[in-house]
Amino acid sequence: MNGPTFLGTPAFPSAARTALADTRLRHNLAHATTTIRRKREEAVAEVDDWEALREAGRAVKERTLRHLDRYLLQLEERVTAAGGRVHWARDGQEAARIVVDLVQATGEREVVKVKSMTTQEIGLNEALADAGITAYETDLAELVVQLGQDRPSHILVPAIHRNRAEIREIFLRAMGEHGRAAPADLSDDPQELAEAARRHLREKFLRAKVGVSGANFLVAETGTAVVVESEGNGRMCLTLPETLISVVGIEKVVPTWQDLEIFLQLLPRSSTGERMNPYTSSWTGTTADDGPGAFHLVLLDGGRTDTLADPVGRQALNCIRCSACLNVCPVYERVGGHAYGSVYPGPIGAVLTPQLRGTAAESDRSLPYASTLCGACYEVCPVKINIPEVLVHLRARVVDEGRTRKVPSPERLAMAAARSVLAGPSRLAAAQRAAAAAGRLLGRDGRISRLPGPASAWTEARDVPVPARESFRAWWRRTHR
Amino acid sequence: MNARTEVLSRIRRALADVPEGERPEDVPVPRAYARGGTAAAGSPQVVELLTTRLADYGASVHLVSEGAAPTVIAQTLSARGAACAVVPQGFPPAWLAALDPHRVLDDRPRVPVRELDRVDSVVTTAAVAIAETGTLVLDGGPGQGRRALTLVPDHHVCVLRAEQVVARVPEALARLDPVRPLTFVSGPSATSDIELDRVEGVHGPRTLHVLIVV
Repeated sequence: MNGPTFLGTPAFPSAARTALADTRLRHNLAHATTTIRRKREEAVAEVDDWEALREAGRAVKERTLRHLDRYLLQLEERVTAAGGRVHWARDGQEAARIVVDLVQATGEREVVKVKSMTTQEIGLNEALADAGITAYETDLAELVVQLGQDRPSHILVPAIHRNRAEIREIFLRAMGEHGRAAPADLSDDPQELAEAARRHLREKFLRAKVGVSGANFLVAETGTAVVVESEGNGRMCLTLPETLISVVGIEKVVPTWQDLEIFLQLLPRSSTGERMNPYTSSWTGTTADDGPGAFHLVLLDGGRTDTLADPVGRQALNCIRCSACLNVCPVYERVGGHAYGSVYPGPIGAVLTPQLRGTAAESDRSLPYASTLCGACYEVCPVKINIPEVLVHLRARVVDEGRTRKVPSPERLAMAAARSVLAGPSRLAAAQRAAAAAGRLLGRDGRISRLPGPASAWTEARDVPVPARESFRAWWRRTHR
Repeated sequence: MNARTEVLSRIRRALADVPEGERPEDVPVPRAYARGGTAAAGSPQVVELLTTRLADYGASVHLVSEGAAPTVIAQTLSARGAACAVVPQGFPPAWLAALDPHRVLDDRPRVPVRELDRVDSVVTTAAVAIAETGTLVLDGGPGQGRRALTLVPDHHVCVLRAEQVVARVPEALARLDPVRPLTFVSGPSATSDIELDRVEGVHGPRTLHVLIVV
């Protein structure tokens, strides 16, 4: 039950062009993001101390990150004392291998999964499949993605790019191949679709011996893990199996139980626009006669320490994965999540992905540019990540890294040319005369839609106005003598 | 170097800009947000707010007197047509007085999960409730049982006392013991996964009845 991965995604501009041509996708996205933006606004407006909560949330994250080693050690000690086992993973591959080994040790061939960005990030389902273990996604949207052999396109609602009619088609086509089929007379009424998912997954929950999850928060002081969800699929996976394996990024730790009072208010209102999500579960190690008898916590680095090493970029680790920044982003709303080539799309993805994965690949290098820097993301961020600041910082980093490359980029050539032209008034005047002459050749109705040579890359996405026949300085000299 | 040592040393290297002697408490956390409620726990205002909030989520809420509680619990189950209900240990026996004992299942010995799937309803107490967010919190204490009991049956009747209702989230967390497995319930199970519209009823109990004893 493997879907396609993000491997080999082209750089953002070309992926975005494909997405923009898909009118159904644009319609689905505009509808969904408009709905959620309105809900979030209402939910936030009724909280009188919202700004104080944001600032407290940001500060707790800053405190945690600056002393991360200490909190992780405290967490490890408490989880272990409460009957859990803690595993450490340097990268995604190592984390996936740990999980595969743990599942194999139980002798089971299938696991039920709570929606988890981290397990997506490490490609866990693929690693399990390679070991002959079937992973069933149980969140409704993840189920849609998995059954549709698709990729997630949103942090909160991975199937946001699908409308109800498409979901109905996927359920009718694919449910039967993996368990209980959808009823033949299934309509596209969301209530009926949810009912079909309930029946399809019920059998899997009741027989499951191993559950796999992420966690929204880990509390260092008590060793408590927290999962925030809506449907109850999370509770099923966290409660009914005999073994629970949670894969969590090291940045998810918070110092104290009291700190949760901030995040449990910030997250639901930012995320689904609700006062509180239907279900939040917390557990500490194992509990006799309640829930799994074995609990494994896999702590993942996977580029987080690289992110931590950059004092400006570090704030991206504040992220609590609410996805409010996606829903307000004018770029995300038009191109959707797939163009970002990562499980973390949208503004937060544009700052997180190049830091977690590095900027060796062209697709990742292009991400800091996937923004208009309008700042809407910063305004809604519940933990005050200054995304525009990090974007500009990462653009500078990408350019600096480019300086060491042997073949100069068109941008570097253009900048070098500009430096030479702008170095003296006579050179500038000559260049302006040349541009005016060229403009008369290339322009039509006052616009140039295709520049020659390397500059054509620039006009692929926009027109250039034809340069004026005469520069301002020339006009001044002529009329004010 | 094993993974643990390596991750920890990467963290320490990454934090080279943090001064040697800095302690966590040196990074200020301003807690200027409201920690206490506008109204006292158990006051008519918080009870009324909880009622409205829960109703917004599609839960049914009734205020009952101590004396009427047993009858209302029995009526709620029979109106649902529940043939049997599981009731965890420690649930106040007086509240069960109007129920036919043959239709009440206690969890001793533990009801296997497949059997639980055939049980119509579950009746529990709660540890605390949060008015502002319309949230009930269960901590597995007396009358609440293990987590599976309030998860697998499709109908949950939760009985709480007015004094258990606090105004805000911080007050509730202060009353809870994080070492116990906790479940925060805000309405019946729901999903917003289809075009971001909230639809009630996926895997958890699809019907939630809350009785507040005042």
